[in-house]
Amino acid sequence: MNLAHLPDQPGVYLALAAFLLSAGIYGLIRRRTLIGMLISGELIFSAAALNFMTVNRFMAPNPAVGQIFVLFIMGLAAAEVAIALSIIIAVYRNYRSIHSQELSELNG
Amino acid sequence: MSTFPVSAWLIAAIFGFIVTTTVAGALIAVLSRRIIRSVAGLALCCLGLAGLYYFLNSPFLALMEILIYIGAVCVTIIFGVMLSEPDEVAPAEQRGRERWWGGIALLVSLAIFWGVSRLSLQGRWPAPAPAADGSVQAIGIALLTTYSLPFELISLVLLVAILGALVIARGGRTPS
Repeated sequence: MNLAHLPDQPGVYLALAAFLLSAGIYGLIRRRTLIGMLISGELIFSAAALNFMTVNRFMAPNPAVGQIFVLFIMGLAAAEVAIALSIIIAVYRNYRSIHSQELSELNG
Repeated sequence: MSTFPVSAWLIAAIFGFIVTTTVAGALIAVLSRRIIRSVAGLALCCLGLAGLYYFLNSPFLALMEILIYIGAVCVTIIFGVMLSEPDEVAPAEQRGRERWWGGIALLVSLAIFWGVSRLSLQGRWPAPAPAADGSVQAIGIALLTTYSLPFELISLVLLVAILGALVIARGGRTPS
């Protein structure tokens, strides 16, 4: 396999999207604060968007559709971040902490 | 391509640099203990993703990635970091459970990475279709004709998200 033709093959992009997904899931399990989990969620969003763009570039008949879909993903991610951060600020105001171990009021 | 072999290698080197940037940004975002470094790692990862979108024939989405993710999402998360105290603490009594959870998380994520990348690398993808027009002009026309309803719905979702964020973050605020 010629290294110079690496940008023109879908394998690199797909493996990179899988890496971003697994890194996001690792952070989602491992993180102890709500903002850390939010950042990991953003990584998972990016993995999905990269997958869409790869399939759009190499296997789709109409290359405009995937770009529009990734644009919608970005808009939804921005809305999700706004809502999640306002919830985090409200939680911090009530509990004085955003560590997920200490938010245990509903813990039976 | 064959008449200028140096330029092909140069493009491959830039591509490798962009891939390295993305991987390093994701690792920093996930592994660092201070949240502000983690946000910086996310910004680095998004910069690498913008370069990847450029390689995937979409400079429009590369610019949008920088504008939305680095300019809006990361800055908003930094505001959230400033309004709370999100640093990861390492309490001494939970060290054993912490390591246990870390092992489980590493195992799960490695399994997912192995499975998904093996599936996507070994799958028989169909042959590349003849490329239609994917320019910014085609995107704009499709956004205003075929996808006009989702386009308007996205703007509605953003409006509702802004209002909801204001309402949620406003409650419980004591006038002092």
